[in-house]
Amino acid sequence: MARWIALLLLATCLVAGAKEAEPAAADPALEASMLRVAAELRCLVCQNQTIADSHSGLAEDLRREVREQLKRGASDEQVIQYMTDRYGDFVRYRPAFKATTAVLWIGPGVLLLVGIGVLAIVLRRRTRMAPELFEPDEDEANDGAAPGPTRGATP
Amino acid sequence: MKSLKFILPLVVFVVLVGFLAAGLKLDPREVPSPLIGKPAPGFALTRLDDAGKTIRREDMLGKVWMLNVWASWCAACRDEHPHLVAFARTKVMPVVGLNYKDTRPDGLGWLARFGDPYDASLFDQDGRVGIDFGVYGVPETFIIDKQGVIRFKQIGPVTPAIIETRIMPLLKELNG
Repeated sequence: MARWIALLLLATCLVAGAKEAEPAAADPALEASMLRVAAELRCLVCQNQTIADSHSGLAEDLRREVREQLKRGASDEQVIQYMTDRYGDFVRYRPAFKATTAVLWIGPGVLLLVGIGVLAIVLRRRTRMAPELFEPDEDEANDGAAPGPTRGATP
Repeated sequence: MKSLKFILPLVVFVVLVGFLAAGLKLDPREVPSPLIGKPAPGFALTRLDDAGKTIRREDMLGKVWMLNVWASWCAACRDEHPHLVAFARTKVMPVVGLNYKDTRPDGLGWLARFGDPYDASLFDQDGRVGIDFGVYGVPETFIIDKQGVIRFKQIGPVTPAIIETRIMPLLKELNG
């Protein structure tokens, strides 16, 4: 029984695979540039894939659109602009830097700087603290070699 | 100093909760359309029910109208459909369908079965006009004003609440 189910599943995989295969590209160079542009564009149906990766109907249509526009001599930028005009900045994996996307670009850097700043302040404050405020290192406390502060020293 | 140590994490926590609460309400599937406030893209498509008749963008100028993107293969369109049929009956604005990546027999059969709210349905077989309108999730609905400018876009099914709170006030504003 299980074997039959497995066979059936395998068969469906084959059928599905056969259906999704795209016609071989007539022009490999064009196909390569199409994929280069498509890899810059987000598929809005399956949002964490590029339209180069996605098998959704929309991604197929958009790949066709990219291919045809490149064939007509459009530049990569023109094609990406065409998509941005229709679907917004969100389709670009690397959105243009402008007022509405500034937080996106600068935000992580600012957060990193804030983090480093806080760390620096904390560390500096610690260097100024009296040594008694710290727990002694275990080895120092045990062998007593270091003349550091000892609390509850072992006899 | 002591109070800062207590208040600072609290402030950070409240800000974080604020962000998360706002994030919960956002739907990542709803991407704001850059087309709102811009002229609707030009189109010239044949009617779904008559391959000999073409409807263009220019034909619709001078009235506020609704463009509803639908397809017979679209499950969410079926949920939306009764609301559209009811809305079309009020005749407050022309409702035009954009039959997206469908076939004529399937599309017409679907309308015959579930009712036809549309003054006309445009037949966009290869989805090119859909791309021009930035369609990525059917159903989608646009409200286009007298000058042919897109004023509103609904991604996903239109509900009575959306008709009541968004579309009707907009219509009043555009006609007023």
